[in-house]
Amino acid sequence: MACQCATTADDAKFPPDLVSFIDDWKVKPGCLIMILHKTQETFGFISRASAEQISAMTGISLARIYGVITFYHFFKTAKPGKYKTSVCLGTACYLKGGGDLIEEARSILGIAPDEVTPDGLFSIDEVRCVGCCGLAPVMVVANETYGKLTKDKLSGIFDTYREKG
Amino acid sequence: MGFTLEELRKFRAEKKAEFRNLPGRTHYILTCGGTACQSNKGEELFNALNDEAKKQGLADKVQIVRTGCFGFCEKGPIVKVLPENNFYVEVKPEDAAEIIDVNVKQGKELTRLEFKRPDGTPEPKAAKGGGHAELPPIGFYQKQVRVVLRNCGVINPEDINEYIANDGYLGLEKVLFEWSQEKIIEEMKASGMRGRGGAGFPTWLKWDFARKAPGDVKYVICNADEGDPGAYMDRSTVEGDPHSVIEGMITAGKAIGSHQGFVYIRAEYPLAVHRLEIALKQAQENGFLGKDILGSGFDFDIEIRLGAGAFVCGEETALIQSIEGNRGMPTPKPPFPANKGLWQKPTIINNVETLANIPVITAKGGAWLAAMGTEKSKGTKVFALTGKVQNSGLVEVPMGTTLREIIFEIGGGIKNGRKFKGVQTGGPSGGILTEQFLDTPIDFDSLTANGSMMGSGGMIVMDEDDCVVDVARFYMDFCVDESCGKCSPCRIGTTQILKLLEKITNGNGEESDIEKLDRIGKAMAKASLCALGQTAANPTVSTIKNFKDEYLEHIKDKKCRAGKCKKLLSYAIDLEACIGCSLCAKKCPGECITQLPDVPAGKKKAPFVIDASKCLKCGECFNCCKFKAVVRV
Ligand SMILES: Cc1cc2nc3c(=O)[nH]c(=O)nc-3n(C[C@H](O)[C@H](O)[C@H](O)COP(=O)(O)O)c2cc1C
Ligand code: SF4
Ligand code: SF4
Ligand code: SF4
Ligand code: FES
Repeated sequence: MACQCATTADDAKFPPDLVSFIDDWKVKPGCLIMILHKTQETFGFISRASAEQISAMTGISLARIYGVITFYHFFKTAKPGKYKTSVCLGTACYLKGGGDLIEEARSILGIAPDEVTPDGLFSIDEVRCVGCCGLAPVMVVANETYGKLTKDKLSGIFDTYREKG
Repeated sequence: MGFTLEELRKFRAEKKAEFRNLPGRTHYILTCGGTACQSNKGEELFNALNDEAKKQGLADKVQIVRTGCFGFCEKGPIVKVLPENNFYVEVKPEDAAEIIDVNVKQGKELTRLEFKRPDGTPEPKAAKGGGHAELPPIGFYQKQVRVVLRNCGVINPEDINEYIANDGYLGLEKVLFEWSQEKIIEEMKASGMRGRGGAGFPTWLKWDFARKAPGDVKYVICNADEGDPGAYMDRSTVEGDPHSVIEGMITAGKAIGSHQGFVYIRAEYPLAVHRLEIALKQAQENGFLGKDILGSGFDFDIEIRLGAGAFVCGEETALIQSIEGNRGMPTPKPPFPANKGLWQKPTIINNVETLANIPVITAKGGAWLAAMGTEKSKGTKVFALTGKVQNSGLVEVPMGTTLREIIFEIGGGIKNGRKFKGVQTGGPSGGILTEQFLDTPIDFDSLTANGSMMGSGGMIVMDEDDCVVDVARFYMDFCVDESCGKCSPCRIGTTQILKLLEKITNGNGEESDIEKLDRIGKAMAKASLCALGQTAANPTVSTIKNFKDEYLEHIKDKKCRAGKCKKLLSYAIDLEACIGCSLCAKKCPGECITQLPDVPAGKKKAPFVIDASKCLKCGECFNCCKFKAVVRV
């Protein structure tokens, strides 16, 4: 595959609310993480082009921006699936079979960690506790939380999203 | 414009009189708006109740309120109906019509939805006409005392007026108009309050250091990073009662002479962030934040800063780095944040639960809190009780309550009639306590003395199906991921321990590994820069101490009694029980299950057998056989 790094410029067309957010925040000390959050909220991830644009707008060096992005698990540099799925592997969920769930989910969708399904719909992350331990084991699909899950329910859940397209 | 003191007092009296006592309303329906219940169709339920009330022409008779967490997450979504104090569990949106009809229109109880004992008999009910905060006297609530969670499940967290009506910002009146900085700190000292973020550091002392630190610019930080996987006390507090955290922060600000606060909160908690944003806005609009608060001359404001999924950022110095916009790597102490913290200015960092206690201390006095608890740990502690316990949920008990009371009385014992094995407290820094500690009154010091830790309040119950070596491995895996890598004892030590634990769970362990684990653990405790590395070996070391025989079983007998360490298991088919349905053979990824040639007498089909030499030990056959014919040996 050809090098992709120069072809993502379009991704980084910042919508006006992101631009004004950055303009508001860039004068405050310690603003970088908040700006990265807003960028990821806008695009679902932080592309190279986005990082470059943030650097240009704030004057923070690209090296520092990448230093921060790579330190924090929350920031993603690759585009996730449309229905971003997180399977909880916090302690409560792990004990109740979260590990089996994530294996099963990946095998149903046929994707490895960091992969997206060919239709672009799903990607699966593991997360450490989403704070619904009382409902363990838990999976979150596109901000919708599914609790007390069992493996046999997974296919059905993915199907409902697949139908939505 | 914001309130003046006089106006606030008058307003509070009015709101108090009106609270759940509005003219014309006969009923109040409280639904849980915590994340767990919300995700369990709580949102649809709330909407359905509103729709039904309209449909049945009762919209002006009933007020439907979304509150914070009732704690009983296991049985959520929870609905409580006032004035009868009816308490409904596992309510579905489809139940809305009946609740409105039976409970609101006819004024009768909807017994179908009431919480019942496991044997189906009804539980006792809350007294009729009891306070609006009354909870049913079921086992789950009997030994609980809700101080931190006093407003959760009672008020609408998105309405500042409901907070005010319930004595919100009452303590702040004293703090702003009557008490000196010294007096606030004195009251904290009298309360015996110790930090709930894990270490149990006396709150008054921390505040006093910062108060005495020279400088005009100081900061107050609320630590809402809640990184312990398997704990959600802070999340529920912020979601259910954000103003108590805000009031705590303003009080801390006055005590140390700070005018700016930050809440550092996990981005993974969108609902909590949302509720906090609403609360901050309402507090600003009503004059509790900003310039000249309530006309007292004191200025204080609060900003939100989002965390980004790094456990180490719960550590104070790393948190400061993160707010400053850097990689969240801890820095050596001293200097302590109280002297040189955020942007090198004196800073105090307090946990959410610590701060949520403050308004109670200021309103009722330090002695009130100090009357509860043990000699050295006062007040209550909120635990996220999870794992293999009947009633998972959020529980708040006085310090000094025993594990047995929490797990067996409040938690209702172990699920599915299994046997209790241990309980994990303190998260990745803590340990697993066994049966012999069940009757120890728990507080900061007793947990530490027994090789665990209070931590932030995760309490994970394990039964005989859980393997302690695997749990130790789980936590170490977490620490390897979360170690910031700055110092080598932690970076290398966590990886080494993980490797050894994996070696043991994979069946290649040697007896000398146990001693190695212990040695590395000790070195990490001594030489690591921050508490993450200093305590990362605790789960390993404590399980070696409390469950040595299980380690030895893994190592010598290559056996995992819980059946969790898959590499140590082998599977076989019980020829008598197998009906020859072939399901397991179809599911087996290793193609190692085949049918025997002969059909035995009295059977329709020949049974299947596993070729152990080819088996991948995936457990698929064991899980899929409906006839319990596949056995683990
Ligand atoms: C690795 C690590 C993670 C921590 N995570 C948290 C946390 O999530 N929440 C918290 O309040 N304290 C956490 N702490 C403790 C804080 O460093 C600090 O002691 C606490 O916030 C102080 O508040 P307190 O005095 O009110 O307890 C953590 C400490 C360490 C070493
Ligand atoms: S102990 Fe671990 S987390 Fe703490 S500074 Fe060292 S490497 Fe980082
Ligand atoms: S699934 Fe069970 S009953 Fe069916 S063939 Fe396999 S072992 Fe026999
Ligand atoms: S454990 Fe897995 S690989 Fe082994 S026999 Fe059963 S299904 Fe096949
Ligand atoms: S451990 Fe999964 S939600 Fe907390």
